[in-house]
Amino acid sequence: MVNADLLTAPPPAETPLPGVALDLRHISHEYRLKGEPLPVLDDVSLTAVPGEFVALLGPSGCGKSTLLRLVAGLEPPTAGELLVDDAPVTGPDPSRVVVFQDPTLYPWRTVWRNAALGLEARGLLRQQKHRVDEALAVVGLDGFASAFPHQLSGGMAQRAALARALVNEPRLLILDEPLGKLDSLTRIAMQGELVRLWQAKGFTTLLVTHDVEEALLLATRVVVFSPRPARIRAEIKVDLPYPRHRDDPKLVELRRDVLGLLGVGDATQ
Amino acid sequence: MSGAVDIAGEAHPALRWPGLWWPGILAAITWAAAAAVTQGLPDQVDIIEWTQTGNVAIAQAALAGLFLVLGLTARLLPALHRRVVPLGPWLVVLGAALAGWQLLTAKFSVLPMPFFVPPQQLVEVYQDDWRRLAESVLASLWLLARGYALGAAVGFVVGVGLGWSKHFGYWAHPLMRLVGPLPATAWLPLAFFLFPSSASASTFLIALATGFPVAVLTWSGVASVDPDFYDVARTLGAKPRFLVLKVAIPAALPHVFVGLFMGLGASFAVLVVAEMLGVRSGLGWYLSWAQGWAAYGNMYAALLVMALMCSGLITLLFKLRDRLLSWQKGVVKW
Repeated sequence: MVNADLLTAPPPAETPLPGVALDLRHISHEYRLKGEPLPVLDDVSLTAVPGEFVALLGPSGCGKSTLLRLVAGLEPPTAGELLVDDAPVTGPDPSRVVVFQDPTLYPWRTVWRNAALGLEARGLLRQQKHRVDEALAVVGLDGFASAFPHQLSGGMAQRAALARALVNEPRLLILDEPLGKLDSLTRIAMQGELVRLWQAKGFTTLLVTHDVEEALLLATRVVVFSPRPARIRAEIKVDLPYPRHRDDPKLVELRRDVLGLLGVGDATQ
Repeated sequence: MSGAVDIAGEAHPALRWPGLWWPGILAAITWAAAAAVTQGLPDQVDIIEWTQTGNVAIAQAALAGLFLVLGLTARLLPALHRRVVPLGPWLVVLGAALAGWQLLTAKFSVLPMPFFVPPQQLVEVYQDDWRRLAESVLASLWLLARGYALGAAVGFVVGVGLGWSKHFGYWAHPLMRLVGPLPATAWLPLAFFLFPSSASASTFLIALATGFPVAVLTWSGVASVDPDFYDVARTLGAKPRFLVLKVAIPAALPHVFVGLFMGLGASFAVLVVAEMLGVRSGLGWYLSWAQGWAAYGNMYAALLVMALMCSGLITLLFKLRDRLLSWQKGVVKW
C-alpha cells in the first residue's frame, strides 16, 4: 500500500528532520488507586540515539504504555528526568507524535480532516494543505480522503492515524501497540510499511508491543521489561539487515532468548 | 437470467396496463362518501347555520376525483408511485374519518353541538378569522424564538462550562441541582411581577425551560468525550481553546441535540401557559380568548394551527441535526 516511489526515492533537497536523541534518567511513576499508590515504573533508565528504532517489550499491563505517555509529555513522571535532545520534557509537542492502539480518529471528521488535525491545531493548515495529501498518499489512503472513519476497515483506520502523525513530520514517533488489534495479514503488511517509513524519514521510533516477533522484526534494539512495576530486565541489540524474515535462524534464536527473559521460554519449545 | 426466452411469447411489457393502485381507488371511494354525506344530508341548524358546507363537499369531491386519477395512473409512473404508496392507507382512513366526523356532528348531532364542531365550521373560522390567527402565530413564533435562542445559547455555554471547568462546576453545579428541576412555570407569578413587561418575563421563562435540559445534556456530552481524543489533539500541539471548540463540542453535539429537542418540547408548554396567563397575544392567548367567548370552533382551529406549528419546528430541528450530524449515519441507528 505504501507508495514505493515516495519511499525509495533519495531524500529530497530539504533533508528530512533527523530523529531526536532520548535520555530517560531513573524514571519512576505511580498512579493512585483508591488512595493507595500503585507503582507502574521503577527506576527506568534508557537512551536512544537519533534515528534509532527501540521496541519496548513486556507483559501486558506492565507499564510500558505509561512510559510512552511520559515521553509524549502527556503526564509528568513522579520521579526522574526525561530529556529529549538534552532538553527536559515539559508537555506534549507536535515533534513527538503518538499513534495509539486504537486509531482514535474523530468520527465527525473525514479522513482528510482527521489527518489535518495537527496542522489545524497549530494554525498551519492554510499554507500547508499539501502535506495532508502527501501523508495520505504515503499510507495509501489518497482515495479515501473524504470517507468517514466508520467506513474504514481496522487497518485503514490505523493507516489514517499514522498519516495524522506523519503530517507533523515527527522527530520522534511513539507507537503504542498500533498493530495490536489488526488481523494477522494486515499486521504483517503494516509491519513492513512501518520499517520502510522509518528508514525513509529517519525519525527516532519508540514502539511498545507485547509481540516478541514484531519487536525483533522491526527494532534495532529491544528493551525487555519485567511485570509491573516495570523495570528494565534486558536490552538486546538486533543488528540484522532489513527487510527481516520471521524464519531467519538468527531471529528465531533471538526470539527464544527473549521469550526466556519474559519467563515463557519453555511453553513454546 | 433466462428472461429473454420467457417473455418472448407475451406482449411487450410497456403495452400492458400495469394495473390499478388500489388504495387510491379506495381513498376515492371514502372521500366521495364524505362529500356525499356532507352535501346530501341536511345540517342540524338549531344553533348555528354553516355557510361552508357546500364548499367542504366540493373540496372533498375534488380530492376524491384526484385519488381516482391516481388510482388509475400511479402505477404508470414509477416515481409518482413511490411517493404516493406510503400515503395510501392514511388517505383511505382520512376520508372515512371525515365522513364519520360529519355524521356525528353536523348531520345527527350525536356529539353535543357547541362543544364539538363539524369540518365546515373550522373552514369558516379560517376564512373569517385568519388575520387574527396569523398574527397570533407570528407573535407566538417571535416570543418562542427569542426565549428558545436565549435559553439554548446560555444552556449550551453553561453545559460546556460544567463539563470542562472544575471551577465553573463548583459554583454552577449546586445552583443547577437546586433550580434546574423546578418547572419553569413555577416562576410565572414572580416573573410577571419582577420583569418590566410580560414579554420579557415570558422570554425569561421560555429560556429557563429550554436552558436546563440543554445545559444538562451538553454537560453530559462534554463529560463523556473519550479522553483519548484529547490526548491525540494534545500530542499534535492543540491548545485548550482548540480542545474545547474542535474536540469537546463536536464530540458532544449528539448529546446537545437531545437537549435541544427536550428543551423545545418544554418551551412549547411554557409558551402556551405564559400566553394564557400574561401575554396578550399569541396562540395561547387566542385559545383562552376563544374560551371566554365559548367559541369552540375557534379553539379547535387554533389547536390545529398550534399542532402544525410545533411539529413544523420539531421537523426543522430534525433537519438541522441531520445536516450537522450527518457523520453519525452508519455509526448510530436513528
